Amino acid sequence: MSATIAALEIINLNKFFGGLPATQNVNLQVMPGERRLIIGPNGAGKTTLFNQITGDFLPSSGQIKLFGSDITRMKPHERAHLGLSRTYQIITLFSKDTLVHNVTLGLLGLSPARWNLFKPLDHYQEMEVEARRVLGLVGLGSMADRLVSEIAYGQKRRVEIAMAMAQKPKLLLLDEPLAGLSAEERTTIKELIAAIPKETTLVMIEHDMDTALDLAETVTLLHYGKVIVDGQRDAVIADEKTREVYLGH
Amino acid sequence: MKQISGAIFLALLCVFPLFAGDFYINLASQILIAAIFAMSLNLLVGYGGLTSLGHASFLGFAAYASAWFTTQMGLGVGTAAVASIVATMVMAGLFGMIALRATGLGFLMITLALSQVLWGLAYRWVAVTNGDNGMSGLARPAPFGISLDSGANYYWFTLVVFVVAYWLMAIFVSSAFGSALRGTRDQARRMSALGHEVWMIRWITFIYAGFWGAVSGLLYVYYTKYIHPSSLSITASAEGLLSVIAGGSGTLGGPLVGSALLIILKNYASAYVERWNMLLGFVFLFIVLVLPEGIVPGLKRIFSRRQGGQS
Repeated sequence: MSATIAALEIINLNKFFGGLPATQNVNLQVMPGERRLIIGPNGAGKTTLFNQITGDFLPSSGQIKLFGSDITRMKPHERAHLGLSRTYQIITLFSKDTLVHNVTLGLLGLSPARWNLFKPLDHYQEMEVEARRVLGLVGLGSMADRLVSEIAYGQKRRVEIAMAMAQKPKLLLLDEPLAGLSAEERTTIKELIAAIPKETTLVMIEHDMDTALDLAETVTLLHYGKVIVDGQRDAVIADEKTREVYLGH
Repeated sequence: MKQISGAIFLALLCVFPLFAGDFYINLASQILIAAIFAMSLNLLVGYGGLTSLGHASFLGFAAYASAWFTTQMGLGVGTAAVASIVATMVMAGLFGMIALRATGLGFLMITLALSQVLWGLAYRWVAVTNGDNGMSGLARPAPFGISLDSGANYYWFTLVVFVVAYWLMAIFVSSAFGSALRGTRDQARRMSALGHEVWMIRWITFIYAGFWGAVSGLLYVYYTKYIHPSSLSITASAEGLLSVIAGGSGTLGGPLVGSALLIILKNYASAYVERWNMLLGFVFLFIVLVLPEGIVPGLKRIFSRRQGGQS
C-alpha cells in the first residue's frame, strides 16, 4: 500500500481568512481510483478546501500533492495540465455559447492549439468530434448545438460534468454536482458519476447524503475546517462523532 | 448572402474614387484608418472584456516613431515602418505587463495613465518630438514605385491595408486563441481551471492589438504627413472607444460603422454646424439610449424582429 503514490495528499493544511480559520490542520490521502465523499455542515470549509486544491486560494500553510508532485503554490492552469479538473457548485459555463463550444474550450485548455491565432477553432475537427462524443455520454448529444442559456438547469449540471470529463482528468473534484436538482435528475447525474472510469480519481462534495453515499467508498467529515472523521464509508456513518456533527442526534 | 453583400460592399469601396470628389475620397481614407484603429481596440474591449482608455498610445507612438526614424535617423519610409511597428509592439508588451495587473476599472485607469505619460512626453520632450509644433514635412511611402501622393492612390493603399487588417482580425476572433480570449472575458476563473493561461492570453492580445494600433498610426501619419501630441491625447483614445461602443463592441463590423459615423460627424457636420461636438454628443446619446448594444447588433436585432413578425 505504501508503494502506491496517493492521487491527492494534503499535509497539515491551514487557511485563515483574516483571523478566521477556514481550514485547520487538514490531513487527507486519496488513493488512485478512489471515490471520496466530503461531507460537513454549511460553512465547514468544504469548498474552501477545493479552492486550495485547484489553486483559486493559496493556503496559509501546509502542502498539497497531486500524484506525488507538490502543487501547493502552482497556478490553477498548471494544475489542470497535471490532470486536475473540477466542476462548480454555482454553474460556471459560457452561457452565450453552444454546448459543443463549451466542451471544446475544455479540450482546448489542454491542447497546444490554444495558442494558434490564425486557425479558426471550427477547423479543429477532432476536437469538435470529441466534444460531441462526450456530450453524447452525458445524454446531451442531440442538444450539442443549443446555447447554454437556452437549456434547463439540470442539463447545465450535465454540461459542467461533460466539460470536466472531456479533459480525461486523473483527479476530478465535483462540487455539489446534485445541488438544486429534482429527484429524477439526481438519479441521472448519479448514474453519470458512477460511470466515470476508474482511471479518474473522484473527490466529491455533496449535501444530499442519501444519493451521494452510494457513490462513495470513503468519506471525510469536515466541521469548522477540521477533519472530524475519515475512513471507510460505513465506519464513518456509524461513527458517534458523525451523528453528533452531521446528523444532529 | 452575407458573403455576396460583403463582396458588393468591397467592390463599391474599390471603385469609390472613380466617381467621388477629393473631399470624399479623403474622408473615406480617414474612416478606414480610424476603423483599423477602432477594430484593434475592439479586440481588447469587445473580445477580451478589457476596456482601455489609452489605445491612442499605440497609434501616436508608431506615428511619432516613424516620423523620428525618417527625419532624425534618415531611415527609408519602409524600414522606418517596420522599426516603428516593432518598437510599438515592445512598448505594448511593457504596457501590458503593467496594465494587466488589473482588470475592469483598474485596467482602464492604468492604460489612461500610461497614455498620459506618452502624451506629456510628446509635449515636453521638444528635442525629440518638437513639442507643441509637432513634426511636419513627412513623406508617404511609394510601394513598388507607385506614388501615393494623390488622394485616390492613398485611398486604395489604405483600403488594401484595411482589407488585410479586417481579414486577419476576423480570423483572429474565430481562431482557437480568439475563442480562448472570449472565454477569459466571460469566465476567467473557469478558463484557468480548464488549463488556459488567462494572463498570457490577455497579454498576447494586448500586443496584437498594439500591432494593429501601430499599423493605423502609420497610415495616419502618412495621411496627414504631420504628427502632433493631440494624437496621443485622451480625446483620441476616447474617440476610438466611442466608435467601438457606438458601432457595437465584440462585432467585426461595429468599429467600422462607429468610426464612419464619428469621422463623418467630425468632418462633414463641422462644416455646417458650429457646435458639432455637441451634435456628436447627442448622436452618441441617442445611440446609447436606443441601441445600447451598438448600431450593428442593434439593427440586427430590430431587423430580425421585423422578419420574425412577418413570417
